[in-house]
Amino acid sequence: MERTTDIPVLDVSGLPTVVFREPNPIFWGNLLYMLIEGAMFAMIFASYFYLRTRSTEWPPGLAPPYLWYGVANTILFLTSVVPARSIQLRARAGDLAGSLTGLIGLAAFGLICLVIRGFEFKGLNCRWDANAYGSMVWALLVLHTGHLLTEWIETLVMVAFASSRKMEGKRFPDFDVNSDYWYFVVGWAVIMNIVLYGTTRLL
Amino acid sequence: MAVADPIIVSAGESEERLERTWSERGGMYRWFAPVHHTTIGKMYFVTAGIFLLLGGILAALIRIQLSRPENNFLGPDRYNQFFTVHGSTMIFLFAVPMMYQAFGVYLVPLMVGARNIAFPRLAAFSYFIYVGGCLLLWGGLLLNIGADAGWFSYVPLSGPAFSPGKRVDFWAQMITFTELSALAVAVCLIVTILKYRAPGMTLNRMPLLVWEKLVLSFMVIFAMPAVMLVSTMLLMDRTANTHFFNPAEGGDVLLYQHLFWFFGHPDVYIIFLPGAAIISTLVATFSRRHIFGYPGIVVATIATGFLGFGVWVHHMFATGIPQLSESFFTAATLMIVIPTAYQFFCWIATLWNGRPQLRLPMLWVGGFFFVFMIGGLSGLMLASVPVDLQVHDTFFVVAHFHYVLIGGAMFPMFAGIYYWFPKVVGRMAHEALAKVHFWLFFIGFNLTFFTMHFLGLRGMPRRIYTYLPEMHWTGLNQIATAGAGFMTLGILVFLINLFWSIKRGTIAGPNPWGAGSLEWSVPSPPPPYNFVHIPTVDGREAIWDAPPNPVFVSGIRDEVREVLLTNSLDAEPEAKEEQPAPSVWPFLTAVVVSAVLIGSIFTLKAVSYGALPIAFSIIAWIWPKEHEVEERREHEKWRAA
Repeated sequence: MERTTDIPVLDVSGLPTVVFREPNPIFWGNLLYMLIEGAMFAMIFASYFYLRTRSTEWPPGLAPPYLWYGVANTILFLTSVVPARSIQLRARAGDLAGSLTGLIGLAAFGLICLVIRGFEFKGLNCRWDANAYGSMVWALLVLHTGHLLTEWIETLVMVAFASSRKMEGKRFPDFDVNSDYWYFVVGWAVIMNIVLYGTTRLL
Repeated sequence: MAVADPIIVSAGESEERLERTWSERGGMYRWFAPVHHTTIGKMYFVTAGIFLLLGGILAALIRIQLSRPENNFLGPDRYNQFFTVHGSTMIFLFAVPMMYQAFGVYLVPLMVGARNIAFPRLAAFSYFIYVGGCLLLWGGLLLNIGADAGWFSYVPLSGPAFSPGKRVDFWAQMITFTELSALAVAVCLIVTILKYRAPGMTLNRMPLLVWEKLVLSFMVIFAMPAVMLVSTMLLMDRTANTHFFNPAEGGDVLLYQHLFWFFGHPDVYIIFLPGAAIISTLVATFSRRHIFGYPGIVVATIATGFLGFGVWVHHMFATGIPQLSESFFTAATLMIVIPTAYQFFCWIATLWNGRPQLRLPMLWVGGFFFVFMIGGLSGLMLASVPVDLQVHDTFFVVAHFHYVLIGGAMFPMFAGIYYWFPKVVGRMAHEALAKVHFWLFFIGFNLTFFTMHFLGLRGMPRRIYTYLPEMHWTGLNQIATAGAGFMTLGILVFLINLFWSIKRGTIAGPNPWGAGSLEWSVPSPPPPYNFVHIPTVDGREAIWDAPPNPVFVSGIRDEVREVLLTNSLDAEPEAKEEQPAPSVWPFLTAVVVSAVLIGSIFTLKAVSYGALPIAFSIIAWIWPKEHEVEERREHEKWRAA
């Protein structure tokens, strides 16, 4: 039997269920995930520069990584911000077709970045077991590629949501935060490439 | 949406419907598909408790080995495995999972007035992946190939040259499991604290334990990645021929220590701060007054969180670092005493100005004051470089960290267990047995560990499996072993008490201690939906400060697992969200991730073979059922632009 009581209440029945940014827990979850991974990146960069201080020559006894794959990928990463931003604007307007187009565009960018990343590995000019420097640059690139791959798969899952019968309002904020994570991947790609291709030539 | 002034209407939520919606039915299935924080919290309590016992058994065996000179009870190899697995178990499988995950997952949602934790499936995953780490470390030990390079496994000893075989790999990969678990819980808890608080519970009214869990979660987020990274680098050095820590190829062994202690020292506070928060909670409840210096304690907690990251090098004073670093880290280490001492004074002031009731949990609070203070004082001695160099790697250090860790974590843990036991099981613990437990443990603890200060000053190094009679360490070692016997008896009495009280303890009722925070406003044990009506909060102690006719929240749907979202600063109602139903996929994902992580110890190909199954299981985890989607679409409400 249903029990109802007469008590003073704060009625929240009219509150929305589809919200973007700060009111949405997924925004915070994503932000915290980026903080965790950011801490990981920070530690690995710190280790890179720590090992730099242990060696007079950098890269020690090896040629620096081949520059142009890195430059190409950096430009591509920076350009990919355009579809990522367009997804956010379309998603916040509740525009499914627009979001889907943006997501497919972003997934295409992700795929090309992954392919060029393959060449970047080849262009490192060392194996991971060459010396500590080799281990470090491989670690940097593997860690970032892991993130790139994760984000690419996540984008594909978003494409699947947007084009399936499982689409619902709460997916639009998911599209929105997916782009936040993409910016994070781009940001670290730029910093990493400055370290990988810059410090090996300038330091 | 603008929330109107409270109006009087018939509150529509029905207990029957809530019960139907929120309960996790299905016998055994429930344990593999938990989504309620009380279930997951209890699973953490029991598992971390089991590993406390296992770690304790190893400690007792270590003490038997050291009870007489030239003893061959364990032998050197088994001794090395035992002290390594003892330390690793106590830190990674007991202390953090118990003090942070178990207490946090169980208590925080209740304390903030929420129906559940945020991202409940992630919380379930965190538990299962933690169990994976437990099985890995102990599996190695049971096969007599347990990790044997100490709980921090320094290189070069733990590197490929000096520790061939798989032993250290078990240790290194166990770290990834347990830290993944803590990080997942950090995300769940921060979001619960920032978004799930009951209306009116502004940041300034949050219970201190919730504040502490918030600070701690951020510490976990910044500290744990360092140890995941360093243990993975060690694993790569051992299995993939990398050279991170190999000086012959430009690597550096001190890099290992820096990264390890950048995690390791904050981890000490990750273990101690929950203890401090339990003390703050209990001192207020049993003094029958609000805590003295609430804003200061919050600031002290945050300050400890920050300073905890600035002292890691004091673990490395004996490594030949520059003198300027030594001075800096001595000063930083001494500075961290300030916020801790501030909290001590606030507790004393609360007791001083209150009407203290010496109920059972307060015995442990008293024990904490005594034990932790001794640990703090020997910490001051160790912060000074000349003293540190003299007693480095001796039993003096062993005495110090057992005083701070057992004092700072286990005494408050027992206080907390006796305090919240009635809430979790609905019955009171047996008081006389609990007192016997306390005195046996307290006396035994001090016999064991106070003695070790003298052993250390007499030059007994840690981690030696035996010694010669001419060293004159026998008598003190025998006292220490006798103390361990008392502690073991104490723990046995505690276990008897638990089992007895679960079945036959006096029925507790919702609020046996007359406490002020929200978990005491619901029945004991809490129903699967926690609150029939989400409360509103008018003060720091929600129950004590509630007006005579308190306002409750209405309009949260009870036919689905809907929760209220409030804004992060002022806890004003902002939106609603539907939580996921029980699912076995977090468990299966944990199984797949565990298989890949363990497989990667033997062949790196495991990572490439495992990537696809991991991606598949995570997608299955988030992929919704069609009827759920349709149901949600019907009730969808967008926020007006």
